[in-house]
Amino acid sequence: MSAVTAPRSEKKPRPGGTLYRGYTGMWSWVLHRITGVAIFFFLLVHILDTALVRVSPEAYNAVIGTYKTPLMGLGEIGLVGAILFHALNGLRIILVDFWSKGVKYQRTMFWVVIGLWVVLMAGFLPRQIANIILEVNGQ
Amino acid sequence: MSTVDAPRSPYARTQRSGTNWEKWGWMYMRASGVVLVVLIFGHLFVNMVAGEGVRGIDFAFVAGKWASPFWQVWDLLMLWLALIHGANGMRTIINDYSSSVTLGKVLRGAVFLSAAALIILGTLVIFTFDPCPSVSPEQLGLLPSFCPPQ
Ligand code: HEM
Repeated sequence: MSAVTAPRSEKKPRPGGTLYRGYTGMWSWVLHRITGVAIFFFLLVHILDTALVRVSPEAYNAVIGTYKTPLMGLGEIGLVGAILFHALNGLRIILVDFWSKGVKYQRTMFWVVIGLWVVLMAGFLPRQIANIILEVNGQ
Repeated sequence: MSTVDAPRSPYARTQRSGTNWEKWGWMYMRASGVVLVVLIFGHLFVNMVAGEGVRGIDFAFVAGKWASPFWQVWDLLMLWLALIHGANGMRTIINDYSSSVTLGKVLRGAVFLSAAALIILGTLVIFTFDPCPSVSPEQLGLLPSFCPPQ
């Protein structure tokens, strides 16, 4: 334990000395990292399950059937959401790196990423939720 | 002879000999990313949104796609680009967080081996896949409709 205690201020301290820490730049990086790892692990599993087409139609259909259950249906919403964010934010990173105005507009581009994400999720969700409801009803 | 640069002379990066692999890795993340957006968005639309969505996926659906060289090439590119991109990204993260040199080596080795194994497996599956395999009678109904009667 340090004997020196940091000076206390009444207000919640703001992160000092940087425009990065605690702001959209940092949170987009955190999300990019978490989604990247999640997608990587899913990809490992996804290649294994797809490889079952080489075993038999029966084996493949049995395993892909588990992707159609309501719980997995919800998981797929999370997965598609993660991939869409990683992809759109990846394009934002590329623009920050290569576009001369990229750094200036990085924060604006973050909100554009969020906006496009909402639009694309709205395109995916109706079909997926309809499928989940059909499964819940056992149809 | 002066050994100290004149003040405010421009910064010069020390040139090390050999290929700058970190730079090419960095470039690869961006180049593969741009292509992957197209490949993955197309993949998600065709498999998860068009038609019946996830409920339409079964052996016959996959066979219908891989009967065409178009989707074979599409999926092959996606396999290689995504696994190398993902594995290299994992390498970056391991380098950032692993506190011990040995642990870092083990984790990077595990990521490398799993990515290499799955690239080989996936490539073999795409190229050796038969959309109309000979199957036991009770599985005949699972084959795509374009298969000749057995
Ligand atoms: C859909 C298109 C994709 C785009 C546009 C994209 C873009 C990017 C970019 C630009 C980076 C940053 C690299 C750097 O900071 O040097 C990155 C990192 C990463 N990506 Fe992707 N990516 C995509 C798909 C994927 C997929 C499919 C996976 C998993 C297999 C993945 C896993 C990762 C990981 C693990 C990182 C490292 C994150 C970090 O260092 O914080 N990405 N991606």
